[in-house]
Amino acid sequence: MAETPLVETPWQTVGPFFHYALPFEGGERLATGATPGTHIIVEGRLLDADGAAVPDGLIEIWQANAAGRYSHPEDSQDKPLDPDFDGFGRTPTDEEGWFRFYTVKPGAVPGRDNAPQAPHICISVMGRGILRRLVTRLYFADEAANAYDPVLGLVPEERRATLIAAPGGDGTTYRLDIRLQGDNETVFFDI
Amino acid sequence: MSQPPAYRREQPGSQPASHSPGYVSTIARSPRQPLVILPHTLSEITGPVYGHARIGPLDADLTRQHEGEPLGERIIVSGRVLDENGRPQPGTLVELWQANSAGRYIHVRDQHPAPLDPNFTGAGRTVTDENGVYRFVTIKPGAYPWRNHPNAWRPPHIHFSVFGPSFVTRLVTQMYFPGDPLLAFDPIYNSVADPKAAARMISQFDLATTVPDWALGYRFDIVLRGRDATPMEA
Repeated sequence: MAETPLVETPWQTVGPFFHYALPFEGGERLATGATPGTHIIVEGRLLDADGAAVPDGLIEIWQANAAGRYSHPEDSQDKPLDPDFDGFGRTPTDEEGWFRFYTVKPGAVPGRDNAPQAPHICISVMGRGILRRLVTRLYFADEAANAYDPVLGLVPEERRATLIAAPGGDGTTYRLDIRLQGDNETVFFDI
Repeated sequence: MSQPPAYRREQPGSQPASHSPGYVSTIARSPRQPLVILPHTLSEITGPVYGHARIGPLDADLTRQHEGEPLGERIIVSGRVLDENGRPQPGTLVELWQANSAGRYIHVRDQHPAPLDPNFTGAGRTVTDENGVYRFVTIKPGAYPWRNHPNAWRPPHIHFSVFGPSFVTRLVTQMYFPGDPLLAFDPIYNSVADPKAAARMISQFDLATTVPDWALGYRFDIVLRGRDATPMEA
């Protein structure tokens, strides 16, 4: 790899005191009633090595719209954009480590070499004691395309379940706990 | 469609280790399994284009958000947001938060017995201009104690959050001040093991942005991950 003239500034933890600065009103609500697509709730708990709640975490998500298009200039796919859906969410975890987003199920977006990817949501995990962002993905248990997803294919089979959210009884709530360490530690990606 | 132009991978040694036991809270909050290397897809080279509509006119001046002026040393913090190739990053959201001049955050969980300042919240945001430049007016934050180890003090610092053009370029860091004797003892600063890399978080005093008879200037350039020079075709 060639030397670059500059090097990325180091990450540092958001610390415990970000709550009055980063969360914004409606940050957990990506979709409005008028947003096209299947409306879903994505929720889970952020847990530490001992399974204890992380009550001072910050979760951000990034996703395509229901048609499978990102609200971003570099997504030139011929799919509809929804001006009211920017695909970004941000929420602090609560006292019991819960986070919850109100959104629509993303459509599929292409991967490298146009290999199809299964629908997924990109997740950033930050918080006190988390020096640098941890990156993971959420996949949906009811998607047959998971079997062929090239990113899931990079993950050791016995760990894939940590990325797959199960639908609740109502069929619209998907739960995925994020375990920072220990039993069933979530798969985190080096991007 | 050609292969998405990927971003560079992380430069070895440029970032803190998630597991940095000197910062005690990392011990139970850092993964032990190796990270899985994810070749960038459309999902990573896109990212939130966010915040412009939410910026108010006083959001970049933390000294004018209340009736009166906050106590402390007024400073101007400015700089450029660049990528690793030296290209300015225009139109990107920069968010910042900090303690007041006495070293106290307005946050409910901050129990440090130093005074709150009714004229200081300590949160700001702005968007970089066409040259990637941002500028904040604020007051110099104070040092404060924390419970990481006996007699532990955080050096004065300002938290910065930046998006950049993609999911890959997201960055949250802390800006420190030059010549601070507390840096040598701070496990968060020193979680970046290479002193040369850690020094990238130290701002520089800058006479050129110092406004005579009014406020000291500090410069802090922020570097986000850059594109790979040679995009590959599929």
